[in-house]
Amino acid sequence: MAEVHERDNPAEARLAAIRLPEEEAGWARAARAAALARLRRTGLPNQRDEYWRETDPSAFVAPEPVPAAPLVTDEPPVFDAIDRLKVVFVDGVFDPEASDPLALDHVEIERLADVLQADIHWARDLFGRLEETAHDPVPRPFAALNTAVAGDGIVIRVRGRAPKPISLIYLHRDDRSDAVLHHLVRIEPGAELTLLENGPAAARFNQLLEVEVAAGGSFHHVRAQGRDHERRAVTHLVGRVAEGGVLKSFTLTANGALSRNEYVVRLEGAEAVTHLAGAAVGDGAVHPFHHDDTIFVTHAAESCESRQVFKKVLRNGAVGVFQGKILVRSVAQKTDGYQLSQGLMLDGDSRFFAKPELEIYADDVKCSHGSTCGAIDEEQLFYLRARGVPRPEAENLLVLAFLAEALEEIEDPALADDIRARLEAWLRRRQG
Amino acid sequence: MLEIRNLHVKLEEEDKVILKGVNLALPDGEVHAIMGPNGSGKSTLSYVLAGREGYEVTEGEVLLDGENLLEMEPEERAAKGVFLAFQYPVEIPGVGNMTFLRTALNAQRKARGEPELSGAEFLRLVREKAKALEIDPEMLKRPVNVGFSGGEKKRNEILQMAVLEPKLAILDETDSGLDIDALRLVAEGVNALRAPDRSFLVITHYQRLLDYIVPDVVHIMADGRIIRTGDADLAREVEKTGYADILKELA
Ligand SMILES: Nc1ncnc2c1ncn2[C@@H]1O[C@H](COP(=O)(O)OP(=O)(O)OP(=O)(O)O)[C@@H](O)[C@H]1O
Ligand SMILES: [Mg+2]
Repeated sequence: MAEVHERDNPAEARLAAIRLPEEEAGWARAARAAALARLRRTGLPNQRDEYWRETDPSAFVAPEPVPAAPLVTDEPPVFDAIDRLKVVFVDGVFDPEASDPLALDHVEIERLADVLQADIHWARDLFGRLEETAHDPVPRPFAALNTAVAGDGIVIRVRGRAPKPISLIYLHRDDRSDAVLHHLVRIEPGAELTLLENGPAAARFNQLLEVEVAAGGSFHHVRAQGRDHERRAVTHLVGRVAEGGVLKSFTLTANGALSRNEYVVRLEGAEAVTHLAGAAVGDGAVHPFHHDDTIFVTHAAESCESRQVFKKVLRNGAVGVFQGKILVRSVAQKTDGYQLSQGLMLDGDSRFFAKPELEIYADDVKCSHGSTCGAIDEEQLFYLRARGVPRPEAENLLVLAFLAEALEEIEDPALADDIRARLEAWLRRRQG
Repeated sequence: MLEIRNLHVKLEEEDKVILKGVNLALPDGEVHAIMGPNGSGKSTLSYVLAGREGYEVTEGEVLLDGENLLEMEPEERAAKGVFLAFQYPVEIPGVGNMTFLRTALNAQRKARGEPELSGAEFLRLVREKAKALEIDPEMLKRPVNVGFSGGEKKRNEILQMAVLEPKLAILDETDSGLDIDALRLVAEGVNALRAPDRSFLVITHYQRLLDYIVPDVVHIMADGRIIRTGDADLAREVEKTGYADILKELA
């Protein structure tokens, strides 16, 4: 009976097939078991779930990934010219040969697989612990799945100002790879780190980043998701920011059959700051493009600031989804919340869906949100052309102008220039 | 030489006819002014010359040095030397003024087979032109026309003209919104560009501009036609008596 049922229901089959790693420390095994229990309680999602209506999760639920060919390109990868500490994963497995030695002033860097073996480790207070808090009121089943089964990842503790960024490089070689990576970052009081991520990682990629920013600490995250056309990725950034701490994240997405990026950030100390931003460009002409940003920011202390700036450029049947919520608890007076989600449609075929939500229980707050969806402005286009700029170039200028506000969220000018150059190259390749 | 022959234009989207047989010949080296009541079709004519979409030419032709202008894309016309100083310059948030102007200049040069200017060469050129027009260099760092006052936008149009050095410059009410000093600067900017191989079509409501930029010919436009053509005195006459007399004569 049970077997028939499992075969009919991929979610059941997937859950039944999960085997927790056994050779780990007691605390790690307990965290895995708790995550699996959470996952069993909520189940894997389907399109009837409120936050999965616009994005079909079945490719993440299925027992096997849809095969995806690695992109062949001779362009230098993003961040190539940036001085950084490289940590390389190939199809979701840490590659020590290709990586730099895991040593950086003021920073402890370890491999998750090693950490989970240690009987005593600070990561015990973080692994799965932030993820666990991210399910209320909306379950994040793939984050729980990640904690339960993730085989690798990186564990970072920062005690001062990191002298250069740590750069996670996700190479994709195997058509059928299914990668689950789980990273932990703890920024101690007043410490600072920039974390870079780039690459597709695998045909199917489940990534979870748990970030704890202590008082006055600051964490900058800049990511360029891999350009492999058929890759599918579900990612979670779960963050907690203490008094005066800063958590900023920017993501560039160009291509990808499916990207679901979730952010769950709680501002827990006074004057904590979080800025979350994304620029996604998709052309569905040859391969499908579906991009989903789902965000939940909680203001749980006074005088905190949050910004969400998410922009999507869509053409030829590409789909963009934005679901963003700001929750302001009654204690969070003097909240400054801002949310902007915009779609730029380069033709009539594409689809942009936005669900902005505000839930406010404090009375002295400043919260604004806006969502627009539109085409290229014909007046602006004509002005540029009348000055001699050929139409395709003029369109690209206007697309970059549209994305500018999201790119401004990248604080480091060299990183911002690098990301902008990638966008320009992407646009030029598709120039009509 | 610009030749507009029996030009009839209607709106693409509606059955509204705006230009009803415009004839105008503008030889190289000359300045022609167009005056006329509000809504007579002056801006429409300038847009049609620059290649804006939304208009349908139902009759007539426009030749620039013998070439059919109406068949060209706006960017091709620009590369051939057509420049329109907009009555309402467009704001483009997110695109820097300098990036915009450099992209435009180099695109035109490329289209004409000329070498592109380097960043340093371009900067020198713009600084020099901006100085002559007393444009604050800080303004050039801002996005195109964003947060510019009405007068600053008009001055920015003239700066673009000075940098792009067009063959045919169409100025659509560049004088409106300018204070007296700015008006003089803009006129000086135009006069500095006057050359045997360059011509100007200056659309204005006011004689004052024509005191500074003295036109060779003045055309009066009404209801989609040029109804009177004369010398600079015609502008003075209109300034004094308005259009009523001319329109009456015609009726
Ligand atoms: N896109 C449009 N849609 C509807 N009507 C239009 C459009 N463009 C022009 N018109 C109409 O065509 C006529 C001519 O307009 P145009 O702007 O060319 O006049 P103008 O001579 O430049 O006037 P002004 O001196 O006020 O600038 C006006 O009646 C105007 O309302
Ligand atoms: Mg007008």
